[in-house]
Amino acid sequence: MHVPFCASRCGYCDFNTYTATELGDSVRRDTFHEVLADEIRFAREALGDQARPVSTVFVGGGTPTLLGASALVSVLDAIRVEFGLDPSAEVTTEANPDSVDAGTLAALREGGFTRVSLGMQSSAPSVLRILDRTHTPGASVAAARQAREVGFDHVNLDLIYGTPGETDDDLRRSLDDVLAAGVDHVSAYSLIVEDGTPLARRVQRGEMAAPDDDVMADRYVIVDDTLSAAGMSWYEVSNWSRPGGECRHNLGYWHGEDWWGIGPGAHSHVAGERWWNVKHPRTYAERLSSGVTPEEDREVLDDDAVRTETVMLGVRLAEGMPVGELVVDPDLVSSGLLDAGALESGRIVLTRSGRLLADAVVRRLLI
Amino acid sequence: MPVNAPAPKPGSTDPSVIRNFCIIAHIDHGKSTLADRMLQQTGVVEERAMRAQYLDRMDIERERGITIKSQAVRLPYAAPDGQNYVLNMIDTPGHVDFTYEVSRSLAACEGAILLVDAAQGIEAQTLANLYLALENDLTIIPVLNKIDLPAAQPEKYAAELAHIIGCSPDDVLLVSAKTGLGVDALLEKIVATIPAPVGNADAPARAMIFDSVYDTYRGVVTYVRVVDGHLSSRERIEMMSTGAVHELLEVGVISPEPIPGTGLGVGEVGYLITGVKDVRQSRVGDTVTSERSGAKDALGGYQDPKPMVFSGLYPIDGSDYPELRDALDKLKLNDAALVYEPETSLALGFGFRCGFLGLLHMEIVRERLEREANLDLISTAPNVIYRVVSDDGSEIVVTNPSEFPTQKVARIFEPIVKSTIILPSEFVGTVMELCQQRRGTLLGMDYLSEERVEMRYTLPLAEIVFDFFDALKSRTRGYASLDYELTGEQEADLVKVDILLHGDPVDAFSAIVHRDKAMSYGTMMTSKLKELIPRQQFEVPIQAAIGSRVITRETIRAIRKDVLAKCYGGDISRKRKLLEKQKEGKKRMKMVGRVEVPQEAFVAALSTTEPPKK
Repeated sequence: MHVPFCASRCGYCDFNTYTATELGDSVRRDTFHEVLADEIRFAREALGDQARPVSTVFVGGGTPTLLGASALVSVLDAIRVEFGLDPSAEVTTEANPDSVDAGTLAALREGGFTRVSLGMQSSAPSVLRILDRTHTPGASVAAARQAREVGFDHVNLDLIYGTPGETDDDLRRSLDDVLAAGVDHVSAYSLIVEDGTPLARRVQRGEMAAPDDDVMADRYVIVDDTLSAAGMSWYEVSNWSRPGGECRHNLGYWHGEDWWGIGPGAHSHVAGERWWNVKHPRTYAERLSSGVTPEEDREVLDDDAVRTETVMLGVRLAEGMPVGELVVDPDLVSSGLLDAGALESGRIVLTRSGRLLADAVVRRLLI
Repeated sequence: MPVNAPAPKPGSTDPSVIRNFCIIAHIDHGKSTLADRMLQQTGVVEERAMRAQYLDRMDIERERGITIKSQAVRLPYAAPDGQNYVLNMIDTPGHVDFTYEVSRSLAACEGAILLVDAAQGIEAQTLANLYLALENDLTIIPVLNKIDLPAAQPEKYAAELAHIIGCSPDDVLLVSAKTGLGVDALLEKIVATIPAPVGNADAPARAMIFDSVYDTYRGVVTYVRVVDGHLSSRERIEMMSTGAVHELLEVGVISPEPIPGTGLGVGEVGYLITGVKDVRQSRVGDTVTSERSGAKDALGGYQDPKPMVFSGLYPIDGSDYPELRDALDKLKLNDAALVYEPETSLALGFGFRCGFLGLLHMEIVRERLEREANLDLISTAPNVIYRVVSDDGSEIVVTNPSEFPTQKVARIFEPIVKSTIILPSEFVGTVMELCQQRRGTLLGMDYLSEERVEMRYTLPLAEIVFDFFDALKSRTRGYASLDYELTGEQEADLVKVDILLHGDPVDAFSAIVHRDKAMSYGTMMTSKLKELIPRQQFEVPIQAAIGSRVITRETIRAIRKDVLAKCYGGDISRKRKLLEKQKEGKKRMKMVGRVEVPQEAFVAALSTTEPPKK
């Protein structure tokens, strides 16, 4: 579920999200959860017999917590009513350290959320400044602790590494703080300079160095070494967890399972088709209020597309994927990109250097 | 205009009223405009039918403002003295690569108009052609054009011309081809000063071919100047260099459209059509005679066209190879100097090794192939022709770096040219430095005026071929002009530099260079390639080597990161589409050993301009 609101825009972000100023009066934030609930009801109707109890929910954004705990809980209730929720369902919300407090977290836990994902990004104030993050370095760690205190067993902290100006030590300090917060999951992403973002313009104008791929590779190694030493292990290229802390919702994406994306610009994947909603919250709301699907366009995946997706997603996982009918160039093993033992037992599993070159491996498996 | 008797008919024109002349001019100095004006002022073309630059036929010529193929126009001219004259205006090619064609055009004339822009003065090429005209004993009429321009300096440049040809500044005519000012006086001067042609009307026919053009509908149209005797329609003619005999299907003059007639007599200029389909069967410089009781001795001066510059031409899309072959076959019909043979390159696939008269000829051929056959082409760095003599005295001719002997050779010879450079005197020092760097030998230097200098150098053709003209222009802020002609060969210390990618030589990048330049060529190519070739999963050394000796090396470090950090819901379609695109891109990758090289990298590395950053 995509909540397309943010208090302010971060310069690196190209997500479909809007500030109050950008939206003006055209969209009401305080009742937007009702629009989301409309799509949930629409989805239930559209799926008809295919509807199944939901096993994972992930509320992302944007900044979902800008809606407030009770609004988020009411949306979850709508899912319960329309689809039913597995008793063991994983229910995650992203949260901005700025917009949660102990009360909000407790209300979310109380309302059925089981997991919180906090955008920490870095402990270095200079890095946060470049990323336009408004929270203090300590706020994320504090929020993570609070989440644990109010009963969340599963807490994630997001990190971004490789921001221009970040040092290896900045990253090490961030990792130390993450580990001290006692979370069971870490997502660490190299900074991507996305086209059209203010960050891209700054790089283009030469105000800021473009992130360097070799530095990125070094930083990845630091992340992986540090988290591994602390007892976490990678289960996807950019994700580490303690045993049992894997995000089941995200694993669903990589396993090619079915999901319905609720919200403006959200993508869905059901029964071999992908579709995506209109991006602007106003258009999205108008569509639903007049009983029209918010879908913008869709594609039917042919065998070739499914095969491509299966490989490009499966390869990213620590469990890897079965070799099946793929032809594996022995050079991928001899050059140390694929795990030789796993291949012998019929699975494609990346080594650490293979993880850093995962896209190249995918191309060589597919092309 | 006085009333005259009817204009003389082609085939029966008294040589005494004929004036054969050409116009020697630099690009943009207004030759075509002057020609147009003369067509108009002699009444051959009416004003409203006037097409700007009537004589330049091909689009490329029109766009580049240069004349590749000469033509000859017969202008009946009723002079104020009451006499009817026939002026044959022979248009000359205006570029250095076509020196031989120019020399044949000049040989068809008794006089030449030396046309110079009154705002710019004489250029090197014009000067070189002027010398050629003087060697042919042509009567020179110096003319300053564009005197209507505000920037015109007629006095200054009249003095310069007078100095060069040894006349009085008052003898220099002032003309504006654009407005027509002074053109009448020029016509009168042509009649008054250029000698009438002299020949033996009773001797066996001898006519010199000064141009030969392929026409889709008519086959080859051959332009000739009759020296002796008479050529008649329906007779059989013989090409004296080959002995080939053809039926003369049509003979006539251009005025300015073709006018078929009964024949051509002494001193006349016109065209022949024999039905042959290839200009090689009707070669510039050759002598045409009658089959029956023909001439025994050909007119002098015939030369086979000799390609001096070679380059590989490849279609960027390999599947266009048959189209390239067809396009070359077609172009060849109209270009006696173009030679080519199939060639295979590891890096570039199937293409052709092509031989050209020079750089401009190469550019024109490439442009015509791209334009007329709609092909995207890539060409390897041009090289000149080398003569290699081995220890045992055997000899080979090398037109391709791949043919360069790997074992020790006794002697290697390279072509040299005599070049003329005209430049503002302030640049003398920097140009001398350039010529020295390019292994030049100063032959002489003359001040044309206080500000302008003519320098003469012997230079290896290979140095000219390798961006000399660009270097000259940039060192003189565009003010220098250059002309050169082949004068022979010299022994030189030459080596082949190979470029190796991960140990594998890339044939398209090999070059024959002087030993002193090997390092700079190697450094230039390796650093260019380092920027152009994407990082691979392993370290890739790029080396320049002479034989097995590596002279310079760059390294493309192994890529360490090639992974998208995030791949969730909406990223999946995007990522898959990217992969599908990369799959397409992979088809345009060439493998050099284990190294994947994008086609664009080859194109960029072979282009002379700065490569884009990868």
